[in-house]
Amino acid sequence: MARDSQAALVALNRFGFGARGGASGDFLNAASDPRGFVKAELTRANGVLLEVPGLQSTPALGKAVFDYQFEIQQARDAAAKSAPPAPESQPSPDTKAQRRNLSLNSIAMDMAPKEASKEQTAKPPENPDAAMAPAETMRPNAPKPPPPPLNIIQKTFRAEALARLQRAVIADCGFAERLVVFWSNHFCISANKGGPARMWAGSFEREAIRPYVLGRFADMLKAVEQHPAMLFFLDNQQSLGPDSRAGKNRNRGLNENLAREILELHALGVGGGYSQEDVTSLANVITGWTYAGRLGQLGPPGSFVFNANAHQPGAQRVMGKIYDAPGVAQGEAVLADIARHPSTAKFIAGKFARHFVADDPPPSLVTRLADVFTETDGDLKALATALVDSDEAWKAPLAKMRSPYEFLVASGRLLAQIPNDPGRYLNGLNALGQPLWAPAGPNGFPDTNAAWAAPEGIKLRLDISAQIASRLAEGVDPRDLLELVAADAASAETRRTIERAESRQQALALLLMSPEFQRR
Amino acid sequence: METISDCCESLRSSVASRRALLLGGASFAAWAYLPKFARAADGRDPRLVVIILRGALDGLATVAPTGDPDYAGLHGAIALSSSGPNAALPLDNFFSLHPAMPEFSRMYREKKAAVIHAVATSYRDRSHFDGQDVLESGFAGPGRVQSGWLNRALEGLPKGERVTSALAVGPTTPLVLRGAAPTVGWAPVAVPQAAEDTAMRLLELYQHRDPVLASALKQGLALDKAAQGDDMKPKPGTTGAGAMRLVARGAAKLMAADDGPRIGALAFDGWDTHANEGGPVGRLAQLLGGLDGALAEFETGLGARWRDAVIVVATEFGRTARINGTQGTDHGTGTVTLLAGGAVKGGRVIADWPGLKPANLYQGRDLAPTTDLRAVMKGVLKDQFGLAERALAENVFPDSSAVKPMQGLVA
Repeated sequence: MARDSQAALVALNRFGFGARGGASGDFLNAASDPRGFVKAELTRANGVLLEVPGLQSTPALGKAVFDYQFEIQQARDAAAKSAPPAPESQPSPDTKAQRRNLSLNSIAMDMAPKEASKEQTAKPPENPDAAMAPAETMRPNAPKPPPPPLNIIQKTFRAEALARLQRAVIADCGFAERLVVFWSNHFCISANKGGPARMWAGSFEREAIRPYVLGRFADMLKAVEQHPAMLFFLDNQQSLGPDSRAGKNRNRGLNENLAREILELHALGVGGGYSQEDVTSLANVITGWTYAGRLGQLGPPGSFVFNANAHQPGAQRVMGKIYDAPGVAQGEAVLADIARHPSTAKFIAGKFARHFVADDPPPSLVTRLADVFTETDGDLKALATALVDSDEAWKAPLAKMRSPYEFLVASGRLLAQIPNDPGRYLNGLNALGQPLWAPAGPNGFPDTNAAWAAPEGIKLRLDISAQIASRLAEGVDPRDLLELVAADAASAETRRTIERAESRQQALALLLMSPEFQRR
Repeated sequence: METISDCCESLRSSVASRRALLLGGASFAAWAYLPKFARAADGRDPRLVVIILRGALDGLATVAPTGDPDYAGLHGAIALSSSGPNAALPLDNFFSLHPAMPEFSRMYREKKAAVIHAVATSYRDRSHFDGQDVLESGFAGPGRVQSGWLNRALEGLPKGERVTSALAVGPTTPLVLRGAAPTVGWAPVAVPQAAEDTAMRLLELYQHRDPVLASALKQGLALDKAAQGDDMKPKPGTTGAGAMRLVARGAAKLMAADDGPRIGALAFDGWDTHANEGGPVGRLAQLLGGLDGALAEFETGLGARWRDAVIVVATEFGRTARINGTQGTDHGTGTVTLLAGGAVKGGRVIADWPGLKPANLYQGRDLAPTTDLRAVMKGVLKDQFGLAERALAENVFPDSSAVKPMQGLVA
């Protein structure tokens, strides 16, 4: 029985989002058939989809955000006309681009809160401490102003976040959702790129990640690189073939950003055998991969379109192979080939094992996963199954730290708190350095213990655990919760620490911080 | 959790703000010990701050070679000009500083700031993440991420009292300062704290069951204790240039204290200007303005200690000499390193200028590097802390004996 309990911990924490509270019976179920408990979710391909009433498609969201930004721009233009021009507001190169609707992110930039633009233009005050001090210390008795109403972008983001969080909190094991989070981080965008990215952060995951999490890697790769959110995030909607009609007319050209990250981060990995020439060639190949803008000249606003006018004409050589298909097929052919490149199999296998098993995963496991990836032509369900079927994944000690997202979701599950507002989660993620759908760069959030077990991070987790406990410990018995979390796999020390705590609140905070809850 | 949502209001209020992405990522970390420097002899009490700009700074836009006949053509619409509105600030007859950096310009005139141009690490590919690893690890190539060169430099210094005046906590330590020598970190985040008794009980549990977490928590607690009553809590919604200044101010305050750390590192994100980089005004100008403000905060905040301070600003690589098709620049090679501080022998642009003719560009696209960044770092470490050349060549920057420390950077 002791061994089964240990396996149950692996099933629940390494592969899933942790045991749910209440009468879920998760721990007993996991203990009686650990592998079956994890794999059950893999048999429900549709279960990975997130179809929630009210969540809209990318084109519908695109149209809404374009219209919203257009209104703001109109209002700004009108205000500028009626007021004398400020000395700083002379036209920059951006202004022209905006008029041509080429530069959505610069429009998003203009949408920054007024306060921020004031801060940027205002002269530094004489006593900077006063300016930076929290408002409450400056005006101790002033009532807090009500928060401004949410705009369409904020509302959408929160609705998407809520749907994802609810799914994670109620899922049986959570393995499928963990896979979604893994792939979503692998192919990350950042909501902070600007209005459209924040608007599309959720729909990107629903449309380009979820349908393929138990499908084929090549299909996910194509869906990702053709998704408006990715094209916007990595600037491809602005990239024009230097010899294309649009490139010549506008005297603009190539942007390598997306092409480089496809090779480096999405498929082959650094050292995967590509050169600078390959980056440039691929950038040429995918010129014209864009999305329709507000006016819908190329298609329904906010949908992926191939703009032949922006496409660099002619054949391109990528990784030693000539691609001479016309139009969008040229890029699709490149993606199909790099999806099954041996470097991709190796890169994905290593990253997959590192995420689930250990910072330095057993080489035998990585090799086997790479072989499965190759033999099944990138079948991601087969990859996930091979991981669960491996002995290494069950034998490796539970030494990885839960990421902030995993930690907060696991807390929500244990305390049976199905959120009806994403605010607490979003704030917690922000404080712990993992803001939802907003990593600092296109390489996504880090996935190592060094990143999440730093002194500052651990102390913050404790503070947040104490906050959660102060809110939710009434009416729960932390000793019972420990049974749900780890049963007889809990260490004597953890059990004693919780039993001897001076209050329910303290006991719950300690449970949430225990190695059994933090490690996976 | 009301209070948590207060402190994190910035997430909501900045949802549409690009600046949040550009500048939100700012953090500071410092050595956890107060080194025993022989101060009696000359009364010097040196400080060193390393500022990492992640994303690859466009060196040709920061310190523009306005005297190079090929510059304006290559940098096109975003090129700086030494005349006209928003003119770049002249540094000498050849180089001009971006107009968003008046403070650095003043320091330069006061001979307290210098520029090293056409500089690069030993890394010659164009991946941010590998480039940052090389810049921060101090190894000749990527893949070595266990420790950073600044941390290994600390190991060579005589260790004194543990620093007790650290301010607060932040989520991560930059690689440059990661390693065996213990460090402390700070970033502007504010969360109500758990009771000390709870923390002590948890620490005891960790000491029995999880020594790694025990050590992490212990350090985190020591920091927090020192932060009681601090006034460095961020203003809700602070992003952009304000965030850079705020972090710099906190770092300066920490390092100015008599018992504060002497060596620290900051990282600012967001310099990856692929599109709409902007010229004298625009996206990069905002970033540089934030950096300029951060340098000024150090000057103010370090007070009397500014006299013996050196700040080094470095980035993983430069950007293409020719602008791309979207009014931005792609990943390149040669770039600039900036030095500022009272101890800097400034008023100079140090460059073995390679020129910008097509044949002189690295791989036909980038400013060719003529100075190894490690020479700059070695020169600063040697002059500032008396680190031996051999230790620099073997431990701090392994296998770098061919790269000699640059002489005379510190007055």
